[in-house]
Amino acid sequence: MLKTFRKGGIHPPENKLSALSKITDIPQSKEYVVSLSQHIGAPAQCCVEKGEHIAKYQLIGKSAGFVSANIHSPVSGTVRKIDKFKNAFGFETTSVFITPDGQNDEERHPLTSEVTAKLSSKEIIGIIDNAGIVGLGGATFPTKVKLMPPDNMPVDTLLINGAECEPYLTNDQRLMEECPEEIIEGVKLLMRAINVEKAYIAIESNKPEAIKALEKAAAHATGIKITPLKVKYPQGGEKQLIDAVLNRQVPSGGLPASVGVIVQNVATAYAVKQAVIDGTPLTERVITVTGPDLPHPGNYRVPIGTPISDIIEAAGGLPENTQKVVIGGPMMGKAASNLNATANKGMSGILIVPKRYAMRQKAENCVRCASCVSACPMGLEPYLIARLSELKDYKRLEEERVMDCIECGSCSYVCISHRPLLDYIRIGKNKTGAIIKSRKTNNK
Amino acid sequence: MNNELIISSSPHIHTSKTVERTMLDVIIALLPAIACSLFFFGVGALVVLATAVAGCVATEFLIQKFLIKGNSTIGNYSAIVTGVLLALNLPSNLPVYIVLLGSVFAIGIAKMAFGGLGNNIFNPAIAGRVFLLLSFPAQMTTWPLPIVNRWQYFDMETGATILSTMKEGAGDVSTGASIASSMKDIVEVSPVEALLGNMGGSMGEVSAIALLIGGAYLLLRKVISWHIPIAILASVALFYLILGDDPLMPLLTGGLLLGAIFMATDYATSPMSHKGMIIYGVMIGIITVVIRKWGAYPEGVSFAILLMNGLTPLINRYFKPSKFGERSRK
Repeated sequence: MLKTFRKGGIHPPENKLSALSKITDIPQSKEYVVSLSQHIGAPAQCCVEKGEHIAKYQLIGKSAGFVSANIHSPVSGTVRKIDKFKNAFGFETTSVFITPDGQNDEERHPLTSEVTAKLSSKEIIGIIDNAGIVGLGGATFPTKVKLMPPDNMPVDTLLINGAECEPYLTNDQRLMEECPEEIIEGVKLLMRAINVEKAYIAIESNKPEAIKALEKAAAHATGIKITPLKVKYPQGGEKQLIDAVLNRQVPSGGLPASVGVIVQNVATAYAVKQAVIDGTPLTERVITVTGPDLPHPGNYRVPIGTPISDIIEAAGGLPENTQKVVIGGPMMGKAASNLNATANKGMSGILIVPKRYAMRQKAENCVRCASCVSACPMGLEPYLIARLSELKDYKRLEEERVMDCIECGSCSYVCISHRPLLDYIRIGKNKTGAIIKSRKTNNK
Repeated sequence: MNNELIISSSPHIHTSKTVERTMLDVIIALLPAIACSLFFFGVGALVVLATAVAGCVATEFLIQKFLIKGNSTIGNYSAIVTGVLLALNLPSNLPVYIVLLGSVFAIGIAKMAFGGLGNNIFNPAIAGRVFLLLSFPAQMTTWPLPIVNRWQYFDMETGATILSTMKEGAGDVSTGASIASSMKDIVEVSPVEALLGNMGGSMGEVSAIALLIGGAYLLLRKVISWHIPIAILASVALFYLILGDDPLMPLLTGGLLLGAIFMATDYATSPMSHKGMIIYGVMIGIITVVIRKWGAYPEGVSFAILLMNGLTPLINRYFKPSKFGERSRK
């Protein structure tokens, strides 16, 4: 029996349309607009000036605090301006507008294998920090912060997330199939960075080629084990993945490190290898462009700052009947309002949704079928917390552990009455979180 | 491309299951039982079934139109389900006006007065049946004999049900006849006949095999989970065993299978967590046997379900699913 997490979960149609398309480069864009806020935490501070000529991989935004990340130029060229720019969801962030010169003069510092073999844990984390690496699963949490857990939480295991449980997305799958050696190198470096002997790479069993490739690449590596998992959403959630692979449950509100685990995405491991061994900072990533009516669903190696419209063009262009564009997967991705926006480090997929799937169905009475209760991977009662949110009963929301919700959307997915459960839960969670926070500051 | 992009929060995909499809599945699952009731009770069953369904649908339609003044909800088939279930819980010679009264009570009082589908506390079909049982005790406990009455609706040959025979047998201790022997002597129904449904009783409850087929379909389609039916049947069987009786006939007869598979599993009136479902099922099982053995009525499934419907909010409050990370540390 394949391993999986024990509570709730759903199995939506997988629709991995782009599973067989090799990762390809896309043509150079006319302009790259690189946001200085591509991660959770403080925006990076701009360190180039208007009119300046910059090299590929040159630092353009400096990390502005512990929870922040460096930003590097994806191309060589000239800084046209530094200005506010709307991202895909309509929020403005300070961005660097770069006109490429097509030369791609690189500024990078690869290390020899003798040097890399002797790097200490601190030095590896330092290189990861300098390279601006953030969690590439979509959360974009600065990787170096995750690699430095609190001292009172001893970590014994590294868990690499290759579950890719979101329907449609295949960017991690292709990376695992095409670059297994690089990923294993990255995993080894991460193991050294956090001083652990054991690492597991968890992959859902619908990606047999990826499992085979990584097993082959890891054959001579000590302590790295590939764990195939049963296909079940949301297996890629940190808490679910730890439960599935290691049978450990992270307590409510706790960090994975509290059960001795650090979780990193496969693409992050790949980026770590590139940073440490090739001396290349994080300036590009693999993005799946997909959709039921898209002419050529595929996986593309995209420099950050590339306009979304250019990426979609590479996949055959927007079909006539498009009515929604989702950044990320269909379960947790966000609907974009602005296709002039540019790619960033957290963008795992672009899902083109045709008209017939774009609208929600009309919500009816809750018939109390309990599907949402069975589906919730956190053991919550979505019907109840959604109702309490409607009633603005924040005290009971806290008692019902609304803050445990991981917003995976399984409840809304299974609701036979089409109730927007997660919408209500998000509102309640937001408000309850604010109340808890203000209570904590008042008590201080 | 239309320039207007639709913005909505995740998830962006949705299950293809709907309330309508779920209700349709319940109706499909009831088809074997309906077929059996038509086979054994013929014309009478048809009249009662048609009246109950028409009564339920019409009541819901009229209340939506003239009292609530909202959109019609009869399109979700739930009124049809209530009508079919109510009919299957009635004897096939019940006069049309009584069937209609039951339908109006089931939909009007038990369902719509509480706010319609999903908001009702008590199972409408059972509420309707119990209302009729208390209001028309004589008509509600005259059971036409199967097959012989196929072409009649009035003046049917009637007889006792197995459970009432067992009850009288049990009460008649002075004669020294055991329950089993009194059953064989008086009604003469073998377990095979009970399985097929060749015996007196409410029109839909007689054929165990038809109900089990329906139950299997519902489980297969994931319309219901196993928790409630198994909890009820297991606790009833266990209770009979503890009392020293053979549980086979009590399991196959009366309204137990119909109740356990189709009535107690009603979404709106049963608990939400698996833990709660098992407690609810076990309690229904225990109350059923207590009423059957020591109560005034030979059959107690409807009362047991109705009682536990009332306790469902309490069960929901105190028996919640275990949360992630709450597992006891070893």
